[in-house]
Amino acid sequence: MTDQNMNAIERLATVKEERMKAKLGKRYAKEKRFRAYGVASIVIGLCFLAMLLGTIFTAGWSTFYATEIRLTVTYDADAIGVSDLNDESQLMFADWGALVKNAMKERFPYVSGRSDRRAMYSLVSSVAEYDLKDRLEANPELLGTTEEVWLMADDEIDALMKGQVDMSVPENERRISDLQNSLVESLIESGELKKSFNTTFFTNGDSREPEQAGIRGAMLGSFFTLLVTLALSFPIGVAAAIYLEEFAPKNRLTEIIEVNINNLAAVPSIVFGLLGLAVFINVFHLPRSAPVVGGLVLTLMTLPTIIISSRSAIKAVPPSIREAALGLGASKVQMVMHHVLPLAMPGMLTGTIIGMAQALGETAPLLMIGMVAFIADIPSGPLDSATVLPVQIFLWSDLPERAFVAKTSGAIMVLLGFLAAMNLLAVYLRKKFETRW
Amino acid sequence: MIVILQVYDASRVEGSDLKKIGGSSVKKTIFAAMLATTAAIAAVPAQARDQINIVGSSTVYPFATVVAERFGRATGNPTPTIESTGSGGGLKLFCDGIGENTPDITNSSSYIKQSQFDACAEKGIDIIEVKIGYDGIAFANSRQSDKIDVSRKDLFLALAAHVPGDKEGELIENPYQTWKDVNSSLPATKIRVLGPPPTSGTRAAFVELVMEKGCSEISWIKDLKSSDKSKWEEVCGSMREDGAFVEAGENDNLIVQKLDADPSSFGIFGYSFLDQNSDKLQGASFDGVDISFDNIADGSYPVSRPLHFFVKKQHIGVIPGIMEYVNTFLSNAAQSEDGYLAEKGLIPLSGVELQKMRADVNAQKVLNM
Repeated sequence: MTDQNMNAIERLATVKEERMKAKLGKRYAKEKRFRAYGVASIVIGLCFLAMLLGTIFTAGWSTFYATEIRLTVTYDADAIGVSDLNDESQLMFADWGALVKNAMKERFPYVSGRSDRRAMYSLVSSVAEYDLKDRLEANPELLGTTEEVWLMADDEIDALMKGQVDMSVPENERRISDLQNSLVESLIESGELKKSFNTTFFTNGDSREPEQAGIRGAMLGSFFTLLVTLALSFPIGVAAAIYLEEFAPKNRLTEIIEVNINNLAAVPSIVFGLLGLAVFINVFHLPRSAPVVGGLVLTLMTLPTIIISSRSAIKAVPPSIREAALGLGASKVQMVMHHVLPLAMPGMLTGTIIGMAQALGETAPLLMIGMVAFIADIPSGPLDSATVLPVQIFLWSDLPERAFVAKTSGAIMVLLGFLAAMNLLAVYLRKKFETRW
Repeated sequence: MIVILQVYDASRVEGSDLKKIGGSSVKKTIFAAMLATTAAIAAVPAQARDQINIVGSSTVYPFATVVAERFGRATGNPTPTIESTGSGGGLKLFCDGIGENTPDITNSSSYIKQSQFDACAEKGIDIIEVKIGYDGIAFANSRQSDKIDVSRKDLFLALAAHVPGDKEGELIENPYQTWKDVNSSLPATKIRVLGPPPTSGTRAAFVELVMEKGCSEISWIKDLKSSDKSKWEEVCGSMREDGAFVEAGENDNLIVQKLDADPSSFGIFGYSFLDQNSDKLQGASFDGVDISFDNIADGSYPVSRPLHFFVKKQHIGVIPGIMEYVNTFLSNAAQSEDGYLAEKGLIPLSGVELQKMRADVNAQKVLNM
């Protein structure tokens, strides 16, 4: 009887234990699966990132070096048709192209015939003549002399040098003729053709010739735009956050304001562009395409981000610090200015930098205020016409010349570099000034 | 300016506390930087515009930018700014009024409509029309596939949302799946055409030059034009939405890349893109006529259109350089057959047309409608 009972109990216990083990096994398996899901999603995310960076890098790295051709240029006054470089009326009709053409003719005297000569001239960038013009105008004493200069090669030749031209297809189906190929080969042999780091990409503004196009104009445009944005949104955002957190009474009105600020952060950015067009350009008559208007529009866009992050930074300052300050007889303003603000500053700065990084990457609101435009001149201030980096990327992606594909990716790399640098700065500031209680 | 003053005030108030705080170096630097930027912004004086402002068609954009750049570099004037807003959007901005805040020139890939002209006239704007050349529309595929010869009727039947049925006057959902279904001389590949969206000038021109011409080859639809014009427009102008015609967005480069990846599909885009990618793509011929520089120039390639820009007469002499810019556009260096515009894929004006255009422009002949 007792034996039987014992047996029954033992059996029950083993059954229970087995069940428990099975359940436990299931639980462990579940946890393992969960972990695997997590790892899988991270791997998928990293794969996408690697793919994105990989395609951008493979397409864009070639833009950082460029092909140049050495020519012996004679600054012949007769060829240009200018005897006095200060005479405006002569400059208007000057034939700068003759400088390049004569130099090419001298280098390859055996090329004759109209179409062959044309093919020969097109080895050199078609706006290189203006580089010579700028050089001559800066150094008028060069008129009549001869010197060796390195000129940018045409984008087709550049592509050939980078191995992007398939020479196996029939001649009439490719953009490099056999003659051009042979001329390039003889230039390579005599060392008159070199590949070097592409400084033009960083010193020039936009251009319709891929070999002459650079991002300096867009970079400065971005700089002026962000300067205006920072100068306006940081003080306004911080002041608003301080008032709302420390001084404002908690009533229905401030609640409504709070909800609206949170909503504003989610408003599509193009809406701010429309607002900018209606208010800053149509009412205040600020100039179109100017960074100052871009900065104002982006200020509206980043303000909510800055206010929200600043408020949470202020909230994170423990009340004991406020109480201690007040207890020692500080006024409310003194308490905020001397204690709360310095402690909350790292958090505010982080939020501001992230808001700025967001503003740096914006294109949509700038469309409405005329900053999505071909602007070749490099801006010298926030009131000059300018475009910004992401807009430059957008504009280049839409042009027919194939060399602009590499330019687009190159500009994306620069933009990503700036964004990464800004985010690193945010992390650094947070780590450096972070206070632990 | 009001806002900028506010910043200045805010930073001054906080800055005056600077001495008392002293301890926080972060704050000090930030306020210093802020004061510096405020000063920098305030230091730039407001000035009258001396830069030409151009808006308009995205088809003309690649050509106008070339001229603008050369104009800027050769004359030393500021380079004109060019916004790509589309032909319609450009005219809307252009006709907004006279004054520094409105554009001086608008590019257009289609001729100005009566309603647009009236809107301009209402604001007292005098328009000078400048025709700059021709642009062909290519119907192209990858060189990995065979080149085809199509008629405009073939394309209408392949791409229209509704096609004529067996009975006269009957319209049915487009049943054609392969090119062979449309015309037995065409290959038996599935119909798949990548084209621009309705906002594009290229789409409008394709509808006008191909679809409307093609559908008019069917006699009862042609009669519809005089009896029920809106119905005719709907029949001829609406594209299939069952996946055979794909709207690939305004970016023509994207279409080029997709055609290269999928040799069985065709794309619709401007001639300059075909010209730049001639090693990868080939244009279909229309009724035996190939798309080429010469065939577009002499008008034998049927799918081509003139490109224009319109100048605001009242701005000439006020904004410096407008006439010089127009003359650069019409100069021999730009317009000759081996000029720099031809190199970018624009088909320049013929000699006679060019002479007439130059005379009209220099007489500042105002457009009348």
